[in-house]
Order: sequence, then C-alpha cells, then structure tokens
Amino acid sequence: MSSTNGRSTNVVNTDSQIARSGGDVVCDAILEAGVDVVFGMPGGASLPFYDALYRYQDRIRHVLIRHEQAAGFAANGYARATGKVGVATSTSGPGATNLVTCMANDMMDSVGVVYITGQVARPAIGSDAFQETDITGISIPVTKHSYLVLDVDDLPRVMKEAFYIASSGRPGPVHVDIPKDVFVETTTCTAPQSLDLRGYITPTAGDAALVARAAEVINAADRPIIMAGHGIDISGAAEQLFALATRGNIPVVSTLHGVGTFPETHPLSFGMLGMHGLAYANFAMGKTDCIIGLGTRFDDRAVGKVEEFGPDAKVVHIDVDPAEIGKVLATDVPIVGDLKMTLERLLPLINHHDRKAWFSQLDSWRGRHRSLDIPESPESVLPQEVVRAIYEVSGGDARVIADVGQNQMWAAQHFWYEKPRMFFSAGGLGPMGYALPAAMGVKLADDRRDVWCVTGDGGLLINIQEFNTLAAEGINLKVAILNNAHLGMIRQWQEFFYEGRYMGAYLDNPDFAAVAKSFGLHGVGATTREEMNSAIEMAHAHDGPVVLDLHVDQVENVYPMIVPGTGVASVIEDPR
Amino acid sequence: MSEPQVHTLVATVQDHPGVLTRVASLFRRRGFNIASLAVGHSEEPGYSRMTIAVEGSADEVSQCEKQLYKLIEVDSVRNLTGTAAIICELALIKIRVSARSDELDKVTRNHGGEIVDRSESSMIVQMPGDQKRVDQFLDVISGHPDAWLIEEISRTGAIAMARGSTHGRNG
Ligand SMILES: Cc1ncc(C[n+]2csc(CCOP(=O)(O)OP(=O)(O)O)c2C)c(N)n1
Repeated sequence: MSSTNGRSTNVVNTDSQIARSGGDVVCDAILEAGVDVVFGMPGGASLPFYDALYRYQDRIRHVLIRHEQAAGFAANGYARATGKVGVATSTSGPGATNLVTCMANDMMDSVGVVYITGQVARPAIGSDAFQETDITGISIPVTKHSYLVLDVDDLPRVMKEAFYIASSGRPGPVHVDIPKDVFVETTTCTAPQSLDLRGYITPTAGDAALVARAAEVINAADRPIIMAGHGIDISGAAEQLFALATRGNIPVVSTLHGVGTFPETHPLSFGMLGMHGLAYANFAMGKTDCIIGLGTRFDDRAVGKVEEFGPDAKVVHIDVDPAEIGKVLATDVPIVGDLKMTLERLLPLINHHDRKAWFSQLDSWRGRHRSLDIPESPESVLPQEVVRAIYEVSGGDARVIADVGQNQMWAAQHFWYEKPRMFFSAGGLGPMGYALPAAMGVKLADDRRDVWCVTGDGGLLINIQEFNTLAAEGINLKVAILNNAHLGMIRQWQEFFYEGRYMGAYLDNPDFAAVAKSFGLHGVGATTREEMNSAIEMAHAHDGPVVLDLHVDQVENVYPMIVPGTGVASVIEDPR
Repeated sequence: MSEPQVHTLVATVQDHPGVLTRVASLFRRRGFNIASLAVGHSEEPGYSRMTIAVEGSADEVSQCEKQLYKLIEVDSVRNLTGTAAIICELALIKIRVSARSDELDKVTRNHGGEIVDRSESSMIVQMPGDQKRVDQFLDVISGHPDAWLIEEISRTGAIAMARGSTHGRNG
C-alpha cells in the first residue's frame, strides 16, 4: 500500500475553508469521475462512509448487493459497459476479503474498478481488532495499485489518483483502504489540479518508425491475419480496426474478449480463435505469414501450443503494456502505444491486396469445417439453440453476459456480435458466478439495450443470492439458465480426459423457476423446444426481470476443442 | 534464449512503506529469482534507490524490468549488467581465532579489508568490494592452514551505480 504521508502534493484550500469529512471526499471523487452507482454492503468500519452516501443519495445510487463478490462483479460490468470506472465498497475484514476474487478478475481482464474498503480505526490497526484484516497486504498482487489512507488530508489526492490510475493506460483495479476514523475526520484539502505520478506514463501513439516497419511487413504479407483483442474495445479503436481490415483486405479473428470488436457477420470475420474457437480461425493461425496482434496478450487459451501458432509468421504486436510484448511470442515489430492512436498512424500506410490464394484457402476451410452448425436433436433442446433463440428474438441487439464454462463458449460462438461492448465474459480469471452480478452492473450502467445473462446452473448457484437484489432494485435483466444438471465443462473434461470417471460433476438442482418466484421474480421453466422458444419470447417482451430455467441436453459438449498442449491439427470437431 | 546469469537492476522508487512489499511480491509471484536486494535513500528526498541482483536469462530479466516498471511507485529501472558500472557490497565476517592474529591481519589487508573489532577469541573483518572479492576472501579464510573458523557472515548485497555523470540522463 502507499503511504499517505509521502509527497506534499495535497492542496490546502485556505480560501474557502470548506471542511469536508473523509466520507464526503470519497463521494465527491466518485461524482467527479462521472460515476453514479456504487455497489456494496455496509459494516462497522464503513458506516461513516454510508452516512456520507446517505447525504449524497440524490446523486449517487447505492445498490445493496447480497454478497460483496457481487459488488465487485457488478462494478466490473458497469465499467465494461460504459468505459467509466466501476465502484464497489465493503466493510473491513470479511467484507473486504470477499472482494479479493473481484480484484483478481479485474486485474486479469484489465477492467478499471475502484474498491473502497473500510478499515478499523487508526489506533486499532495492528492490534488484531474485531474485523481487522491486512487487506492492503492481501490485495497487492491482485491490484494495479492500492492505498491505505492514514491522513484525511491525503484523501482528496488519493481518490483522484485512484480513479485516474484505474482508467488510464491498461486499466485495472485500484484499492483504497480507509480507516473508520479517517472517514469521519474533516479536511480542507482538495486534490491537486495535476497529479504528480512520476514514472507512470500514459500511452500515446506508437513509435513512427516502428509503425512504418509494421506497414512494410503487413503490405508484404501474402497471408496476414489480424488478431483482435480486448484492447480494441478498451481504447475505442473498433473503427480503426474496421478500416485496417477493409483497407488492407485482411481477415480478422478475435479473442474471447475481442468478440464484437469487428462485426462478426462481415465476410472478413473468421470468428473467435482459441481452445473452443472455430476450427478455421485456428487453422488460419497455423498457416498465416503475418500475425497482427492488436490489444491482445496472446493468452494461452487463445494461442494453444506456441510452436504451432504462426510458426512461419512475422509478428506485429501493438499493445499498451510493454510487458505483454515479447512475453509469449517472439515479436518482429513490437509497438507500445495506445491502439487507436497507433492504428490512426498505421492506416494511411496500408495498401490493398487481393490475397486471392489466402482467401480461397480460408473459405475452403470455412466451407468444410462448419464449426457453428447445430446438430439435429429430436429428444432434447441443445444449449446452442437457446443462444440462437436469444439472438433471433433480440435481433442481435442485446448485450450478453456469459458465466464460465460451456455456457460461456456457446454464448460466444452462437450469437453474432456486431459491435464492441455487446458480449461480456470473465475470460482471464474465469470465476463462476460472474454473470448474474456483472449483468446487473451492465444493465444499471446503460438501460438502452436488453441485457441477457447466460449462465450455467452451477455458476448461477454461486451468486444466486443476487436474485434478491434484482427484485429489490427492479433491474430489468433476462436470466437464461442453461440447466444441464451438471458442472458441464467439468463433465466434458472428465468424459474426454478421464475416461468418463465423473467426480463432482453432477448437480442436484433446485427448481430454479420456483426459487426465482420465491425471490419475487418472474420465473419460468421450460423443457421442450416450444416451451423454450415461447419462454424466451415472453422474457423479451416482459418489462422486468425474468428468470428462465431452461432444461437442456445434459451431456452436450462444446466443439470444436483443441486439447491443451496439442496443436490445431488435432482439433476435436463435432462427430455428428 | 540466452544463458541465465545474474543481472544488476537499479530502481528509483518512491520512499513509501509498502514499496518493498510490492517489489518482493512481484518477484515472488512471477518466479523471478532475487540473489540480493539492497535499498536506501537516494540523492532526492522522497525517493529510495534499490539495487536488485536477479538471476535469469536476458529475456526473463527484461520481462522483470518491464513488470517492475508497471508498479506505480517505481520511477525508473536500469539494467546495469554489461555496462560500465560500479557494483559492490560490504560484508562483515566474524572469525574465531586462537593465537597468531597477525596473520589474519595480513590476509585481511591484502584483500582490502579492515579489522573493525577484536576480542580475546574473535575478530570482525569488514570487507568491501565486488562479490568476487568477498567470495575469494571467504575462500582464503576457510581454506587457511590455521583453521580459522568463520562464526558469522553478514553481507549487504550488491549496490550499483553507472560510471560517468548522470547529468542529462534519465534515472
Ligand atoms: C469459482 C470457480 N470454481 C470452479 C471453477 C472451475 N469450473 C470451470 S467450468 C466449471 C463448471 C461450470 O458449470 P456450470 O456453471 O453449470 O456451467 P456449464 O459448464 O454447465 O455451462 C467449473 C466448476 C471456476 N471456473 N470458478
């Protein structure tokens, strides 16, 4: 954690002499950051902050979640939907430790969230006081930065820094731990106009000479491919990505978090790559002679076996984080910079090429390996059909928040995302229980679009208490449970790699529609295709939260699948 | 991949409690191997200077530098390995002696050290210099026919500084 007695950049506002309590300082900083919702649960150490939230309730909406983990995931959804910073708060001790998974999740997925935790009063720190935890000690490895504020005069500067660090450069979680008495004390200090963060460089356009070199490499390539990552969305570079692909006539594949940064129905789109990516997207990565990695960290789930990933390819990598460049792949043209600004610089240098042979190869793979065909299933509804039905009913214009497991892959595969910020999923950490709270955050951040939470039965159960928040706050979410009575992804791995020795894979589920009803939500169960379709249509038309318990095939697998440690050549495709 | 070797990194960091924890945590979680770490005040109030000797290939250490740089409180990082730099440390060595301490006096002086404490049965040698010199001295002591016994060793770990003026150069 950062000391707060460091540099004396605090501004004492002697003219106005307006004294604000620590709690008010935090609320003002939240408003200044343009944030209007705080997710949290109060407790002893944070009660003075809640007293400030009481005073600010006309300007800041506090959403009481039913488990702090939901506060962090909801703040993550809020941040990802808006590009603003999300805010989650808890008390000291157990409240704060409940947020740790969320911090780790934001860190992996580069999402800007400010965590405000209460701490025991200063005189009690270090005494093993009731609900005292060294939470800044715990949060160091899972945050971009953290502070323990020991002097209320530091708080205005710290809050301003926290929001700035969370949202700038490669975004990430920032943790501010505030002792109870610091919330209460008053200060006349205000934050400095400009922050003194020496050594923290905010990115600009990539180096011109390297950009020129990148253009040469791309223009000379016969079989280039763009790999679009989350960075496209974060830097707001979807337009520039589109221009690069169409101007250069370059096919695009996306990572799980890059889904939607390039319109998926466009002929140049070859879908998502990776372990459960489309077969032809992965084949393309094996044969390309130039990988253009944009805002991606070449995650192992996307790349698979490094030796078979573009073995003959030159690598052009543009990313905001220098530490990502060269971390996984040897890079021919390493460019550190903001993606949008860098692509602006690159675009005029890109020439159009036919690349006839390359496209005919890609199209023949796409024709032969029909990764997205859904097999006939007379007995049961397949989970893929559910995702398709949501796509149809929403006209593709809904936001989809997927949980973790098979449902996540089907939601990514079987819906065609045309814009960034339409599909959300916790790809890096992969915490089950993400989807429901995150979807609440997405919906509260932006009410203009329908929001569908697509979740497995197992993942739903991890944060099912949030049905209570949904009902209490009247958040208009559509929850589609792909109920396969299993921890589906676990069952699939045990089928494939442990010769069907199923251990801890079966779920003895409650009647989710009845559970939803008991929470005061509109809950509907469906078993047949007709019931499923009409339930989805009803949910679409209904003005309010709906929970659909959709009983789908219990043993359906996600295809294609590249077995970890093997290359694209040994991809397992749907045998049907 | 180049051969693993010890690299010497010099970082200027904000003088905050917790900075050391952050750096140590980073090294541990990314599996970087710290050979030694020394930290103290720098010429600028509010900033400390850390010298970190880290073992690894050039690629690993380059990743380590980049990761260090991502810490908000790290102002600059330089890898002084293979550059013109002074790299040295200080060791205190307590040696049990019986009689003939003149011989130890001589050996110590020959290696550029100094005897800073004498008691009836032991002496403390203060030995500055690069790691190699300190190691050599320790070898001589333990291999000496007089069977001197090393009772205690305390080493600071390396500190380092680039040669030439800092003026006009960052960090
Ligand atoms: C918190 C957490 N615990 C365990 C896992 C390991 N895990 C990954 S997928 C999965 C099964 C998910 O089952 P379900 O939520 O029913 O979704 P399905 O795969 O059936 O779509 C499990 C247990 C995880 N990702 N997160």
